[in-house]
Amino acid sequence: MPRRRRLRRVVAPPGFRGYRPYGVNKGSNESIELLYEEYEAIKLADYDLMNHQEASELMGVSRPTFARIYESARRKIAKAFVETNEIKTVYGNAWMDKNWFVCNGCYVRFTIPKTVKKHNCPICSSDNIELLKQ
Amino acid sequence: MKTVITSTGNTLTSPFDKRFGRAAWYCLYDKITGEKIFYQNENMNARGGAGIKAAEKMVELRVEKVISGDFGPKAKDLLDKFNIQMVIIPDDGLTVKDVIEKLQ
Repeated sequence: MPRRRRLRRVVAPPGFRGYRPYGVNKGSNESIELLYEEYEAIKLADYDLMNHQEASELMGVSRPTFARIYESARRKIAKAFVETNEIKTVYGNAWMDKNWFVCNGCYVRFTIPKTVKKHNCPICSSDNIELLKQ
Repeated sequence: MKTVITSTGNTLTSPFDKRFGRAAWYCLYDKITGEKIFYQNENMNARGGAGIKAAEKMVELRVEKVISGDFGPKAKDLLDKFNIQMVIIPDDGLTVKDVIEKLQ
């Protein structure tokens, strides 16, 4: 039996549900599933410009594991680009270090600090909100 | 109730900025008085720690809600500590005005 996978810490969920190519003539139904931790790895390494050591500590995994997640993320994105596939984000082996909510009306993502009593969407005031979890 | 919206310019018609620490301007919107003040972000091109400095500014301004497209890990920790609500909105070419209208 393989060793249990450690959950990777993700600071915030991606602000999108997926990406779709346009101007494509072949109608491909296939999609690539990009995990939240892979999105986070790309973000930490290439957007926040952290080195792998810092990024791995932030995500609560070892540096080699971080490198593997990062590599898998890059390969998935490359595959999606070359094969013009849609990219979808899925939860994966992550845990959010804070409870993030998503509004089902306007797809806004937000946190609810302790001082806020109302549990509704801060933008459209809808009650139709959901805790981001699988 | 004070809200900050990240903006790329200092007018209401400027597009909303998806970044928090490196946003060009912050629009402080007071829901009670309806006042809108723009603050320039001096740390826009800082090499590091832009998120922390921006979060400190939010605390200084006594903001209760920050609307942006993305938050860095350091900024998030600080905003969490001071119970500032973070809101991530999907960017559809919205302007600051559009975001404020949504709030009403």
